[in-house]
Amino acid sequence: MYVAVKGGERAIEASHRLLEAERRGDPAVPELSTRQVSEQLPRAVDRVMAEGSLYDRELAALAIRQAAGDLVEAIFLLRAYRTTLPRLGNSEPVDTARMLVRRRISATFKDVPGGQILGPTPDYTHRLLDFRLADVSATDPAQRDDTVQRDRLPPREEPMPRVMDLLGREGLVEEETTAADEGQPPADITREPLRFPAGRDARLQVLARGDEGFLLALGYASQRGFSNTHPFAGEIRYGVVAVSIVPEELGFAIDIGEIELTEVQMVNQFAGSDTAPPQFTRGYGLVFGHQERKAMSMALVDRSLRGRELGEAADSPTEDEEFVLYHSDNVEASGFVQHLKLPHYVDFQSELELLRRLRSEFDPPSAQAAE
Amino acid sequence: MTRVSTAARDGGYTFAYLDEQTKRMVRRAILKAVAIPGYQVPFASREMPLPFGWGTGGIQVTASIIGRDDTLKVIDQGADDTVNAVSIRAFFARTAGVPTTTRTQDATIIQTRHRIPETPLRAGQILVYQVPIPEPLRWLEPREAETRRMHALQEYGVMHVRLYEDIARYGHIATSYDYPVRVNGRYLMRPSPIPKFDNPKMDRSPALQLFGAGREKRIYAVPPHTGVRSLDFDDHPFEVQKWDQACALCGSTASFLDEIVTDNQGGRMFVCSDTDHCETRVRAGHVESAAGGRDPGGP
Repeated sequence: MYVAVKGGERAIEASHRLLEAERRGDPAVPELSTRQVSEQLPRAVDRVMAEGSLYDRELAALAIRQAAGDLVEAIFLLRAYRTTLPRLGNSEPVDTARMLVRRRISATFKDVPGGQILGPTPDYTHRLLDFRLADVSATDPAQRDDTVQRDRLPPREEPMPRVMDLLGREGLVEEETTAADEGQPPADITREPLRFPAGRDARLQVLARGDEGFLLALGYASQRGFSNTHPFAGEIRYGVVAVSIVPEELGFAIDIGEIELTEVQMVNQFAGSDTAPPQFTRGYGLVFGHQERKAMSMALVDRSLRGRELGEAADSPTEDEEFVLYHSDNVEASGFVQHLKLPHYVDFQSELELLRRLRSEFDPPSAQAAE
Repeated sequence: MTRVSTAARDGGYTFAYLDEQTKRMVRRAILKAVAIPGYQVPFASREMPLPFGWGTGGIQVTASIIGRDDTLKVIDQGADDTVNAVSIRAFFARTAGVPTTTRTQDATIIQTRHRIPETPLRAGQILVYQVPIPEPLRWLEPREAETRRMHALQEYGVMHVRLYEDIARYGHIATSYDYPVRVNGRYLMRPSPIPKFDNPKMDRSPALQLFGAGREKRIYAVPPHTGVRSLDFDDHPFEVQKWDQACALCGSTASFLDEIVTDNQGGRMFVCSDTDHCETRVRAGHVESAAGGRDPGGP
């Protein structure tokens, strides 16, 4: 006697216990603390904060632990939590020219005002596994190089001008206009559904929280000819900026904290059109934390998406805003791809019934008789 | 499972999880959807603690309309005990503390994925569908900007062409689920992936039907007593699936049947996909038919 598939409730509970055991691993090994994750896996934390759209190192580290290191799952945890947070106000735009810079390079000029600052980067390491790290005692505090202090930033009297602003003075690069310049409040993709055509403000918001892997692949494709951007890395900077708000009752700005940002300005060729002179155009990337791969990819894709606006052919997927914007969110993508795990008995039964009917009409009668 | 279960609400969250501002936003979208039957209303869908594609649209709609006096039923594939239905029911039991039920007639809100209950719905009930892809024209035209324009102009010829191509190739329409409908003579609507077997139940139903697509950020509705017509042609009228067998458990010959593979030799049996309908019939004394609804190859 067939018993209808029962016990979903108990199966789910048992599955949760197994999942927790798998997350914890061998109980003889000490458990990671949230603080250890936030201090020692900062790049993972950066990615989870950026794509989770919530700047909170401790919560991101907690999400990474809870998700057993699955970053897309951790991003999802943070997003779901974000839904429950009230919107208390909007910050003033951050001023990256006033960033306390940890790293700042330009690939377009040998030297720039403020200097090239290499900062912490894996760029020129040789990717050789460091077996000393395998022995934790070798990295204990007694062995550490105390001459390096991560948080000691050079005090700076003057703002560090952005390289693009220098080109702007010559009129060789397009003027940047924002929604605010046009008297419009910026779009907010977390409070309004996307509409097409989307403004550049909405596009940049989607890209900033978009999946790093997806944007990396699109940016790469744009360099290989599936777009027409011809980029130079005008400037990449990473450091700390102040976040300020203007409380209604005060009427002036007060700093409420600081966040780490990576900002990328790409310079792109532009042949000009009937109305615009030949000049450089911009692709812009801005991401929480220290994430140059993501910020550069974002800047490439931003510029690709401007193809139509600039009168370019815009016939590759990288330049198609519905294709890029609808598919860059990994919380949406991961959910929909994996929903195929849910039961589809009913639809499948419908298809089965249809296919049997089609086959009985297609197969010659002799084949049916032989069955 | 008991007929009606009650659970203590987790006080750590707002009633039904969503904050009141968000519920108001969703309700506004629902009102607009009811006012324009079949029209897809964009709404600012939130990230829920369940994944996109797993019912977040339906969950947001339910969370926005549910009150303390409601009794909730959740089904997936017609069954109350499939894992995702269990998970969503538990979510509302935990965040809203409302009574839940498996009995169609006892529920005031029924959230569903892929089925409409066999028991006819009555006035005052609300059926909330979980919708993966709300746009009926999506597989004919991938761009949203273009499909919105097509709806505005009632440019639905492509869908008829597609159905006609099926007839030209196979002799009949080869769409078995998510079968397109025209609502109130105006909007082309995707009924969510219910089998076309269920389509006639939508037509002039006394219950309110709400459709939530969370990932795609759209809500649409069929108000009570609204005409819903499945697309067809005069010489190829719409028809639903039929089975040679009766349900092996309750003997029903009028319900949608799931096929269950019972052994490694290809033996199979057919049972009602709507578990409440089946159990109610068994309780009422209907029993498995002598034939058992089994294939000759079965055990």
